[in-house]
Amino acid sequence: MDLLMHTATTGLSTMVDVLPIAAVLFGFQILVIRRRPPNLKRVLAGFGYVLVGLTFFLVGLEQALFPLGETMASQLTAPEFIRGSAVVRDGAIDWRDYLWVYVFAAAIGFSTTIAEPSLIAVALKAEEISGGSIGAFGLRIAVAIGVAAGVSIGAYRIVSGTPLPYYIMAGYVIVILQTLRATKMIIPLAYDSGGVTTSTVTVPVVAALGLGLASTIPGRSPLIDGFGLIAFASVFPIMSVMGYATLTSWLRAKRKGSGEGARGKEKAP
Amino acid sequence: MSTLRGLWRLLLSSARDLAPIVLVIAFFQAVILQQPFPNLDKVIIGLVFVLVGLSLFVQGLETGLFPIGESMANAFARKGSLIALLAFAFCLGFGTTVAEPALIAVAAEAGRVAGAGGAIADTEEARGSYAFYLRMTVALSVGAALVLGVFRILKGWPIQYLIIGGYVLVVVLTVFAPPEIVGIAYDSGGVTTSTITVPLVTALGVGLASTIRGRNPMIDGFGLIAFASLTPMIFVLIYGMVV
Repeated sequence: MDLLMHTATTGLSTMVDVLPIAAVLFGFQILVIRRRPPNLKRVLAGFGYVLVGLTFFLVGLEQALFPLGETMASQLTAPEFIRGSAVVRDGAIDWRDYLWVYVFAAAIGFSTTIAEPSLIAVALKAEEISGGSIGAFGLRIAVAIGVAAGVSIGAYRIVSGTPLPYYIMAGYVIVILQTLRATKMIIPLAYDSGGVTTSTVTVPVVAALGLGLASTIPGRSPLIDGFGLIAFASVFPIMSVMGYATLTSWLRAKRKGSGEGARGKEKAP
Repeated sequence: MSTLRGLWRLLLSSARDLAPIVLVIAFFQAVILQQPFPNLDKVIIGLVFVLVGLSLFVQGLETGLFPIGESMANAFARKGSLIALLAFAFCLGFGTTVAEPALIAVAAEAGRVAGAGGAIADTEEARGSYAFYLRMTVALSVGAALVLGVFRILKGWPIQYLIIGGYVLVVVLTVFAPPEIVGIAYDSGGVTTSTITVPLVTALGVGLASTIRGRNPMIDGFGLIAFASLTPMIFVLIYGMVV
């Protein structure tokens, strides 16, 4: 009964989110384009699927994953857990005590990114447009590795208390250097993947981790240090996607050199 | 029969997408934290919901969001009115961002930070208006981003110069902006692109680039999302300096 109510309210709020989008789409369709879109019925059914699907997705996440993820984030960052698992060094915090936090950050960053619906959308489109030379699944793995590295380093930053802008600027410098070397095809897609990684699934869990860390470590303010993990999760995928492209083209060139024609791991199942 | 098989395939691939989260949480719960699962039945029901929801969403992508984005891109390209296309891009960016729940949450949080930091008066009203104008700033910036991004597709400009120029601007502004706004500004780039906006905007960009002669959908079609995540940082940093 509770679940039913919850599903209904989430459905309603998803509908409210979709309303402005639908208003813009249909407003322009009617007032400016003035033509019925092809397959109108199918498109409307598709919107229905998206609405219902997103509702179930969100309700399920709230029921199953978010509470667990958030509790875990706070348990892993709690002083008792940190003290219990490491030698106390004169009461001062040592970034090495937080080893499991970094591992958790990487693991949760990776796994939530794999389940991110907007990344699935972009990856499907990229596979279609590139004629399969960019595999949807390979791209998603590359992005997820980037998010994992980013969130993990971001957690280290909160623990060590080093300033956020240095990391982000260093990230930008690496991105610029990679851009100079990367093939032209991959650059826009790589930049896009920075923005799509952080939505429905990743943000709540990652934000909880950041706030949990910043509020349990002495000397950190959740308001100032708690933010910034999302920024890490948006810069690092750009690097990993360009790295992935360089790697696959290198592998392909190498395979061609040895006369082997088989497609590699980047082919999506 | 074929729809049933399609549905089954969708469910299977959704299960594959969700397996990592389940494994990570189970591992940390059982091995590292060594705690029993609270309300296991609730968790399992929730997982089934997530599975069904993700499958339906992916189905809706293919039948609803991608086709409408592409057909509108085609229609605008054929109509040939630049003003109409740019107005559409702006409305899409502004309209989808202004009501975004993640943004509302971040803006409220930012109001609290600014109040506590003494940047504005620490009253309910001042915080509320700070949050409201911040939200409007971000929504405007996403609208502007899509206008710029669509214009880039039409002109065929290489994306890297614009994005790298944007990065340089972010770095310069960071030096001058008040430190408490920096974290929020950097995060605001990530929260603006919602699950429904991303497929629509991607389909719009790719659709435009495939319709206009001389544009390559791979090189020119992608990149709108990148603009939509960069400009909010710039606009919010400026907002922090002005207010």
